[in-house]
Amino acid sequence: MMLRLHSSLRKRKECEQMKIMSFGHALPKRTVTNADFTRFLDTSDEWIQTHTGIESRRVITGKETLSGLGAKAAKMALERAGLKASDIDYILCSTTRGEMSFPATSCLIQEKIGATCPCLDVNAGCSGFIYALDVADGLLATGRIKRVMVVCAEQVSRFTDWTDRSTCVLFGDAAGAAICEAGDGLKAVRVTAKGDAKPLHGWPSGGNCPFDDHIPTEQPLYMNGQEIFKFAVTHSCHDIETVMAECGLTAEAVDYFVLHQANRRILDVARTRLKQPAEKFPVNITTHGNTSSACIPVLLSEMVEDGRLQKGQMLVLSAFGAGLTTGAAALQY
Amino acid sequence: MSTFETIAKLIAETKDMDIATIKPEMTFADMGLDSLDVAELVMNMEDELGVTIEISPALKTVADVAALVDEQKK
Repeated sequence: MMLRLHSSLRKRKECEQMKIMSFGHALPKRTVTNADFTRFLDTSDEWIQTHTGIESRRVITGKETLSGLGAKAAKMALERAGLKASDIDYILCSTTRGEMSFPATSCLIQEKIGATCPCLDVNAGCSGFIYALDVADGLLATGRIKRVMVVCAEQVSRFTDWTDRSTCVLFGDAAGAAICEAGDGLKAVRVTAKGDAKPLHGWPSGGNCPFDDHIPTEQPLYMNGQEIFKFAVTHSCHDIETVMAECGLTAEAVDYFVLHQANRRILDVARTRLKQPAEKFPVNITTHGNTSSACIPVLLSEMVEDGRLQKGQMLVLSAFGAGLTTGAAALQY
Repeated sequence: MSTFETIAKLIAETKDMDIATIKPEMTFADMGLDSLDVAELVMNMEDELGVTIEISPALKTVADVAALVDEQKK
C-alpha cells in the first residue's frame, strides 16, 4: 500500500503512453464441430461454413471454469513478459457475463494466479478488449501503477440459445490476456457507445423478490444479424480510418488489421472497403468462432506464437458489440 | 438508369450474377441471397443512391426495394 501511495507521486508526463508487453491465451479442451450441431438442429456443416466461415469452436465443459481459462491466459502473458503475478498492479477483466454474478471474475482470476492487486470487471460486450485498454491507459496515466493485466474471459456458450440455429453456431469460449505498462506503444484509441439494446441483448434472472410483480425471467442471447452487420461494417471502417488519421498512419504502414471475429463475411466486407490485402487481416474465426471480447487478444497471442507478430509491428484493432459499442486502437507492439 | 436497373447492377456486381437474370418480381431468396447478403446489398445501395434504407421483413423483392428508394427520392 505504501509503495502505491509513493508511486502516485510520479509525474504524468513520465507515463503518458501505454505499450503492450505480452499476450497470452487459453482455449477450452472441448471442440464442437459444425457436424455436432446437426445432431440437435436443422443445419449443416456446408451452411454454417458458407454463411459464417466457422468450422468449429471451443466450449467450456466439465470442471473447466471461465476464471480458470482467464488465469491460464494471464499466466501465459506473465511468462512471456518474464514477470511474476506480484509484478501486476491492477487486473481488468473484460467479460460480457462473468463466471458468477459476484464477485467479479477479475477477483477469481487474481486468486488463481496468486496476485494481490485491485481488480475490476469491464463489460463493453465484444468491444471489451479495446475498452479495457482504454481504461488501462487511464490507470497508467495517473502514475499510481506500473502494470495492468487485461484479461478478456468469455463464456458465451453459457447464455446462447442452443435451440436457435441462427446464433448458437456463431460463438465460442476463450480467454485472452495482455500486460500493459507505460511506454510508447498506443498511438490512438477510440471508443464509442450508442445505447441501443434492441439488436443484441440478453436478460439475467430477475430473482424472486415477493414485492416485485415485473420480475424478468432469464432470456438467452438475442441478435438481429442484419442490423449488427450494417452497424459493424459502417462503424468499424469509420473507427479504423479515424484512429489512423489521428496518428497520421496510412493503411500501407499498418502491418495487421486485427478485427473482431464476428463473421467471416463482415471481415471480408471491411477488408474490401479498406482496400488492403487479405494477409493483413488475420483470422481465427474458422476454428474459434466469435469469442466476444476475447477474439482480438487471443488472435494476437496466437500470432506471437506462430511468429507472425513481431515486436515493433504496427497494429490497428477494431471491435463492435452489445451496447451498441465500438472500439478501435492503433498501436505498435 | 432507373432505380431498378441501378439495384440490379449492384446485385450483379455484389453477388457475381448475370444482370439479365434479375427481374423486379424476384425475391432475394429466389436469387440465393441470405439475410447478410441483403444487408450488404442495402449498404451498397445506400452508398450508391444516397438514401437510408431500413431493413424489414417487408422487403422481399427487388421491386420492393426500388419502390422504397423512389419514395425516399421524392
